[in-house]
Amino acid sequence: MATVEHASAKPAAHQTSTGLDNAKIAMWAFLGSECLLFGAMISTYLLYRNHGATGTPLPHEVYDIPFTSVSSFVLLMSSLTMVLALASIQRGDHHGTRVWLIATALLGMTFVSGQVYEFTIFVREGFTVRSSPAGSAFFVLTSFHGAHVTVGILMLLSLVSMSLRGRLPTERATAVEYVGLYWHFVDVVWIVIFTIVYLVPAK
Amino acid sequence: MTFYALGLIILGLSSTVAAVNFLTTIINLRAPGMSLMRMPVFVWMTLVVQFLLIFALPVITVALFQLFFDRTLGTNFFSSANGTSDPVLWQHLFWLFGHPEVYILILPAMGIVSEVLPVFARKPLFGYPVVVFSGIAIGFMGWGVWAHHMFAVGLGPVANTAFALSTMFIAVPTGVKIFNWMATLWGGSIRLKAPMLFSLGFIAMFTIGGLSGVTHAIVPSDYQQTDTYYIVAHFHYVLFGGAVFGLFSGIYYWWPKITGKLLNDTIGKLHFWLMIIGFNLTFAPMHILGLQGMVRRTYRYPKGYGFDFWNMISTIGGFTIALSLLVFFYNVYKTRKEGQVAGNDPWDARTLEWTTTSPPPEYNFEEIPVVHALDDFWHRKYVEDKEGRLVPVPSGAQDPGGDQAAHATEAHSEGHGIHMPSQSYMPLLAALGMPLIGWGLTFHQWWLAIVGGLVVLSGLYAWALEPATEE
Repeated sequence: MATVEHASAKPAAHQTSTGLDNAKIAMWAFLGSECLLFGAMISTYLLYRNHGATGTPLPHEVYDIPFTSVSSFVLLMSSLTMVLALASIQRGDHHGTRVWLIATALLGMTFVSGQVYEFTIFVREGFTVRSSPAGSAFFVLTSFHGAHVTVGILMLLSLVSMSLRGRLPTERATAVEYVGLYWHFVDVVWIVIFTIVYLVPAK
Repeated sequence: MTFYALGLIILGLSSTVAAVNFLTTIINLRAPGMSLMRMPVFVWMTLVVQFLLIFALPVITVALFQLFFDRTLGTNFFSSANGTSDPVLWQHLFWLFGHPEVYILILPAMGIVSEVLPVFARKPLFGYPVVVFSGIAIGFMGWGVWAHHMFAVGLGPVANTAFALSTMFIAVPTGVKIFNWMATLWGGSIRLKAPMLFSLGFIAMFTIGGLSGVTHAIVPSDYQQTDTYYIVAHFHYVLFGGAVFGLFSGIYYWWPKITGKLLNDTIGKLHFWLMIIGFNLTFAPMHILGLQGMVRRTYRYPKGYGFDFWNMISTIGGFTIALSLLVFFYNVYKTRKEGQVAGNDPWDARTLEWTTTSPPPEYNFEEIPVVHALDDFWHRKYVEDKEGRLVPVPSGAQDPGGDQAAHATEAHSEGHGIHMPSQSYMPLLAALGMPLIGWGLTFHQWWLAIVGGLVVLSGLYAWALEPATEE
């Protein structure tokens, strides 16, 4: 990510072959790589979702679909605020940019907090990362996603602090755009996870 | 094993970052006029490899994380302490990475050979677009063959048949390339210099390896060969006879460009012949040993099974390969001391890297060349007469090169002619944090891992903010 920020921070000093910014292509390539990361973990979950252990619950016996639906909705709304942040900086409205970036980060934090809360409930019910192969697959997949959201929050807050110190002028709107690409990607991955892991019945 | 898992995760991370970088560079920072279908085949194959890397590495990363968590957090991905896990998952994840990985190894070598053959046959590469598209086809189909490493696992007849078919099918673009290389040589004026010998060795050895590969694409035949020395023989023919010979071809070919001095050709030829004889002595007998039933991954075998003679031949061959490498290192040493100065274009080559000095300056080209054709440099040096014979272009004539110089000067005067690499210590700092994290996690010294994490983070932040402080 830093590579991307680094390159995007510099205005394109020379013509590129495709006319696109290098950092944009690099970000898309990186996100392509991430697809396979989550793909492999989702496949593992699909293989193991019915591999329980005696005396411990299976994932579908502990899910709280209404609760997770709400936190999914919160994460989806953060994509809207991210778009508004990008629109603001492209208009040159730096105050608005900061407001929407902070809103996006807060929505992301709400989601992560919801995930932590959900995990504690699951652990109390005996569904843990050690309890069964299904538990291992579920927790590793969802916590990797949570870690991605956390990294995204860090990048959003970095943008806010850069903006406050006047280091995020309108010419560098691309920095917001690329963090946005990452953020939307993490959102889309969650839609896939929520559908496949939570909503699709196991048996 | 924790060490192994973490080491490979960090290595995979570095490969991913490099792949993103190469991919962006090839797609986005080509010289003016360098359309994709004017790119050297080596660059094309490098591009395909970067796609394979960014998509294959995350798969093994996930498998390694699962292994790491099994060992440190007590998860149940591969160990069945709680509930029944499925170790075949590891095989699937590993080979879904592992098979594209073999193409990651061989495609650059194929690219090198596609550069070397036209130069030393003094003919353009036969069927350039077909060679490029075959490389892309191999890159795509490489994703659909991984379970041929797992025929003996018991996936069932349907899966085995499907993967047997896809495996036989991937031999087609590979065969297409081999025929294109042979057609490139056909009627050429061939110069048997050391790089050329290694490229020819590549074609011959890789073809043998490819043919033995097709024999274990056939499932019943593979049941007999699985985990025997026959497999060892096969993959050494493709990875040593293929990739390593290709790499040596590239080393001899580009050594003068990189260092400014030509490797001694006579010693290079000695190196080649010792290596190809040693290679065949070492690995050809393994076909026989494998079919006789000698299992792989063993350093000892009982007497009286008929293994002794061929193993002795193999040992002799192994030492011959070692000797050939000594010859190579002597060549490097001798070249450093008294090597012939190469000049810009010692091979009368075809591609643009030979227009700049040897070794090239940090900025590579004083003026970024404008590209008008495939093998642009060749067309600046030679035109064809009415009978299709090559005629050198007199120096100073109005050829595309002169046009290019005018263009480039123009571009240069506008102030974006040269792209100097930006220099920063911060990526190094970020990278230095990685081994600290690895060490801390391996030996359960969590504070060290945290320190490493902070070093990485501060390196990345300092790097990201650096240009702002320069302005």
